[in-house]
Amino acid sequence: MAAKTMPEQTEAGATLSKDEILRYSRHLIMPEVGMEGQLKLKRARVLMIGTGGLGAPLGLYLAAAGVGHLGLVDFDKVDFTNLQRQVTFGTSDVGRRKVEAAQERLANLNPAIEIKVFETMLTSANALELFREYDIIVDGTDNFPTRYLVNDACVLSGKINVYGSIFRFEGQASVFGAPDGPCYRCLYPEPPPPGLVPSCAEGGVLGVLPGIVGSIQAMETIKLILGSGDSLVGRLLLFDALQMKFRELKLRKNPDCPLCGEKRTITRLIDYQEFCGIRGEEAASTVSVPEITPKELKARLDRGDDLFILDVREPHEYQICQIGGHLIPLGDLPRRVSELDSSREIVAHCRSGKRSADAVAFLKQAGFKKIWNLKGGILAWSDEVDPKVPKY
Amino acid sequence: MMTVKVMIPTPLRAYAGKQDHVDVAAETVGQALNSLILQHGELRRHLYQDDGRLRSFVNVYVNDDDIRYLQKEATPVKNGDTVSIVPSIAGGAGA
Repeated sequence: MAAKTMPEQTEAGATLSKDEILRYSRHLIMPEVGMEGQLKLKRARVLMIGTGGLGAPLGLYLAAAGVGHLGLVDFDKVDFTNLQRQVTFGTSDVGRRKVEAAQERLANLNPAIEIKVFETMLTSANALELFREYDIIVDGTDNFPTRYLVNDACVLSGKINVYGSIFRFEGQASVFGAPDGPCYRCLYPEPPPPGLVPSCAEGGVLGVLPGIVGSIQAMETIKLILGSGDSLVGRLLLFDALQMKFRELKLRKNPDCPLCGEKRTITRLIDYQEFCGIRGEEAASTVSVPEITPKELKARLDRGDDLFILDVREPHEYQICQIGGHLIPLGDLPRRVSELDSSREIVAHCRSGKRSADAVAFLKQAGFKKIWNLKGGILAWSDEVDPKVPKY
Repeated sequence: MMTVKVMIPTPLRAYAGKQDHVDVAAETVGQALNSLILQHGELRRHLYQDDGRLRSFVNVYVNDDDIRYLQKEATPVKNGDTVSIVPSIAGGAGA
């Protein structure tokens, strides 16, 4: 199929070089893309929020497709545990800034595109400014406050928000912020209070899952740029990887949406940590829970003190490593509190100290007086007392 | 009474005996959810606020329609309908 010829234009991104024509030949020979479509891709400006699990396939496929202007926003460094799913990075990138390692990888894949990096956390103070020079924002973040921030900033600045999210082996995808379409708040007006959606132990993710959902986000972004096919505006795509099933739910613009509805009450970016109840939670949990450090615990055990170690992690974590604690998973604690002797001194621990802080708070309310939280959990025990205990 | 399938989303399967769906007999969405909670009591606090209203970060669909735009929990269900519970999830970069 012959490529269509285009009249000469003078703006940047108006023509394709010989190299580009060869590079994108498999696009150009499709009538759905052609020279016109490839030039749209070249002129497109896409900002990726997050270069992790979702950002990996997203960045790679947008770069491969020839999206001319990519922005990458991430403040994090590559961690060893990222390599299970964040396939833009290699083992030699561990410790490097993610935006730097991602830029290198994407520029190697496609040196013809412009890649700008923003090594910063996205905040209410910088979001509108960052979004200004881009047309499509792709949300690859991993927490509720940022998702609401991205959504609100997109609606307030008239940008499309290509949304994807995952949990263990389930994914969601949609396109928010389109002119007549819903926004994220139309679907979820409020975030879950912290602690109510399972975290820590029940978290984790099948590495390839963000590979699939991030690729779907890349596909939607490209279709929006080309103006092809049916986008996910007004549809929530649900993906269950274990069953290998896709389902679709209808999304409507909520006429009462405070952000994009008929009577808007949100006209500025807010404090999203506060919106998600996180500030209040942090204040509460740091004030009331008595703590013991791993070194202090070790000293007391060596002295022969009679301490009862309560491990509130899940059974599969206990199999990875343990320090001889009595296992009662946090969720079971209310039912199994009779297994504990309140006349003994009890030290509760989990992986990092958060769940065990909840356990201590719960037990104090139940009348236990001699109870401490192991600060930093079994991770800190491994760092400070016994490096033979594996970290996970 | 109609028989409907209630789909349990991943984050809540731990509280529903690890099942991905539960079959219930019901005439309305509200009855279907009540029936679900009778079988799996731990789900109540995840789905409902103390005042008995559905939590706002949980959406419920009958087939592919959001009940907020139908008759909410009074939405009638037919044999073979699917009631889906769809909570917000946030995993992405660091999940």
